[in-house]
Amino acid sequence: MNEKLRMTIIYGVLTIFGLGMIIPFIWMLSTSLMTQAEFNKHESTFIPRETYYEWTPGGVPASDKMSDATEGSDLPSAIKSGKQKVILVMEQGTNSIIHSLDKDGKIVQEYLSVPSTQVKKVTKVPSLHWENYTKAFKKVPFGLYFANTLYVSFLSLIGVLITSMLAAYAFARMEFIGRDFFFYLFLSMMMVPEPIYLISSYVLLDKIHWLDTYQALIIPWCVNIFTIFLFRQHFKSLPQELFDAAAIDGCSTFGMLWRIMIPLSKPIIATASVFSLIGSWNSFMWPLVMTTRPELRVLQVGLSYFNQEASTQTSLLMAASTFSIVPILILFFLAQKQIIASYAKAGLKD
Amino acid sequence: MKTKWKASPYLYILPAFALLFAFRLIPIIMSFVISFYDWSIRGTGKFIGLLNYSNMLHDKVFWQSITNTFWLVIIVVPASIVFSLLFAVMLNQIKALKGLFRTVYFIPFVTSLVAVSIVWKIMFNEQTGLMNTLIGYIGIEPQKWLSEARGIFEIFFTGMGITLPKWASGPSQALFAIIIMTIWKGLGYNTIIYLAGLQNISKVYYEAAEIDGASKLKQFFRITLPLVSPTTFYVLIMTTIVSFQAFAQIYLMTDKGGPLNTTKLIVYYIYEKGFDTLEMGYASAVALALFVLILGLTVLQKRLEKHVNY
Repeated sequence: MNEKLRMTIIYGVLTIFGLGMIIPFIWMLSTSLMTQAEFNKHESTFIPRETYYEWTPGGVPASDKMSDATEGSDLPSAIKSGKQKVILVMEQGTNSIIHSLDKDGKIVQEYLSVPSTQVKKVTKVPSLHWENYTKAFKKVPFGLYFANTLYVSFLSLIGVLITSMLAAYAFARMEFIGRDFFFYLFLSMMMVPEPIYLISSYVLLDKIHWLDTYQALIIPWCVNIFTIFLFRQHFKSLPQELFDAAAIDGCSTFGMLWRIMIPLSKPIIATASVFSLIGSWNSFMWPLVMTTRPELRVLQVGLSYFNQEASTQTSLLMAASTFSIVPILILFFLAQKQIIASYAKAGLKD
Repeated sequence: MKTKWKASPYLYILPAFALLFAFRLIPIIMSFVISFYDWSIRGTGKFIGLLNYSNMLHDKVFWQSITNTFWLVIIVVPASIVFSLLFAVMLNQIKALKGLFRTVYFIPFVTSLVAVSIVWKIMFNEQTGLMNTLIGYIGIEPQKWLSEARGIFEIFFTGMGITLPKWASGPSQALFAIIIMTIWKGLGYNTIIYLAGLQNISKVYYEAAEIDGASKLKQFFRITLPLVSPTTFYVLIMTTIVSFQAFAQIYLMTDKGGPLNTTKLIVYYIYEKGFDTLEMGYASAVALALFVLILGLTVLQKRLEKHVNY
C-alpha cells in the first residue's frame, strides 16, 4: 500500500476515535453552560445558544382593554426601562401578548399587549450560562466535599507511602524468617477484589464503631499492596555498594532508608503518589457504603447524591460533573508524560 | 552478611501487615463466615449452614445478574483488546501528534467513573441525549437505550422482520449502553499498556520481514500479534477482573439495575442485597460466588497463557 495513503488512513482513524473519546467531555462542558429550557428544547448540540423574544418599550403604548398594565403609568418601573427578555404568548393583529420577566426569568407582569413592532425574536450564539456553576455550588456543599476528598486523599497518601516504604525495605533488602510467607500472603490478598470484602468490612467497622467517621475512609486505605511491590522492585535494583559504604560510615538500618533509599526513589514516590491520589479521588463504593452523614461525604459520593436529587436539572448536573473532574484533569495535564509512563511501566512489571 | 534473627525486619513490615490483617484478611475471612449466617444489619445473626448458598442457586435474579455480568465481560473484554491493540499499533507508527492522541485516549481513564457515568446517562437519554442525535446523522432512528429491556439481537432481527427465540435475544439495549460506556472508559489504559508492549518488540523482525517482502498485514499477524501476546494476556486478565467488578455505572446510570433487572450486574446485586434489603449473609454468599468465578477465570487464563507462550 502507498505509504502516504496508509498514513492518511491512520491519522483519519485515530482522529475519529479520538473525537469519540473526548466528545462526551465536550458535550458535558457545553451542556453545563446551557439553560435548562434550551437543553430541553434540544436545538443546540455543542454550542449553547438561546432563542428568546426581546421587547423594546417605547413609542405610544398600545391601548388595549386586555390589560391596563400597558397604560404607561401603571407599568412597574422594572418593565419600563430598556430592552428586555419577554415570553411571547400570542400575536393578536398588530399587537403581541407578552409576559414580562425580571432578571432571574420570573414573570413580573402577565399578558401585556404591546405593538408587534416592539417585539423581536433574538438568537444568541454562544450564550454561556456560567451561573450554572454557582447555582450548583449553592445547591450542594461541594466546597465541603472537595475539602473532605482532599483530606482523605492526602492522609491516605501519607499512610500509603510510609507503610509501603517500610515494608518494601524489609522485603527487598533484609533477610528474615518467614519473608517469603509474608510476601506471598500480601500478594494473595491483592488478588481479592474489593466487592468481596465490602459487606464484611461494613460489619467490622460497625463493630468497632467506625462507621460514619473519617478514619473509616482513611485508615483501611493507608496500605497498598501494589505500591509495596513497586517500591520493593525499585529498592532491589539499588546497588549493594551504596549500603556497604553507608554501613562502614556507621549508618543505621533506618538511616539507610531515610538517607539513601528515599532520596533515590523520587520517581517511584511520584508514581505511587499519582496512583494513590487518583485512586482515592475516584473511589466511590467504599465511601458510599461506609458513610451516611452528609458532613462526611467525599466528592464522588456527594456527586452521586446530587445525581439523584437533581436528575432533571441536566445543566447543573453537568456543571457539577465538570468541576469534579477538573482537579484530576489539571493534575493529569501537569504530569501527563510521567503519569502515562507510570501506568505503562506498572502494567509491564506484573 | 550472614542471616541472623533480628527483630527489626518485622518492625518494618508491621505497619503494613497490621493494616492488611485488620482490614483485609479479617474481612475476607469474615465474609466467608457471614455467608453461613442469616445476617441482617447490626445483628450477630443466626447460623443457617448452607441455606444462603442453596437459596442463591434457586434465585432467578442471581442467575440473571450472572448472565448480565457474563454478557458485559464477553463483549467488553474482546472489544477492549481489539480496539486498544488497533490504536496502539497505529500510534506506534506515527510521529507527529503521537503525544496528543495518547493524552486524548487516556483522559477517560483518569476521570472519575461517577462523573462520566452521569454524563453518559444523560447522553443516552431518549429525548435529549447526544447518542440519538449522533445516530440520527447516519439515519438510525432514536433508540430507548437505558430504558430498553429488549435484547440487542432481538431489536436488530425484529427490525429485519425475523423473530428470534427468547434465549437468543442477547443483552438488553440498556446493558449494551452500559457496555459501550465501559469499553470507552478503559480503552486508554489498555492502549498505553499495548503501546509499551509494542515498543519492546525488536525492529529487527520487521526489517527482516520487509526484506522478505511480507505485507504490513502479514507482519501484523506473524510478528506483532505473537510477540505482543504477553501484553494481551495481561490486558485480558486485568480487563476481565475489572469488568466483573463494574458497579458505579449501574448505580448511577440505571434505576436499580433496571429495566426488568437487565442491567443488574453481580456486584450491584451484592450491594443491593447487603445495603438495600439488608440480607448481609446472603450478599456475602453472592460475593464469594463472584470470587470463585473471578479466581477460576484467572487461573484458566493463566493456564492458557502457558500454552501460548512465545
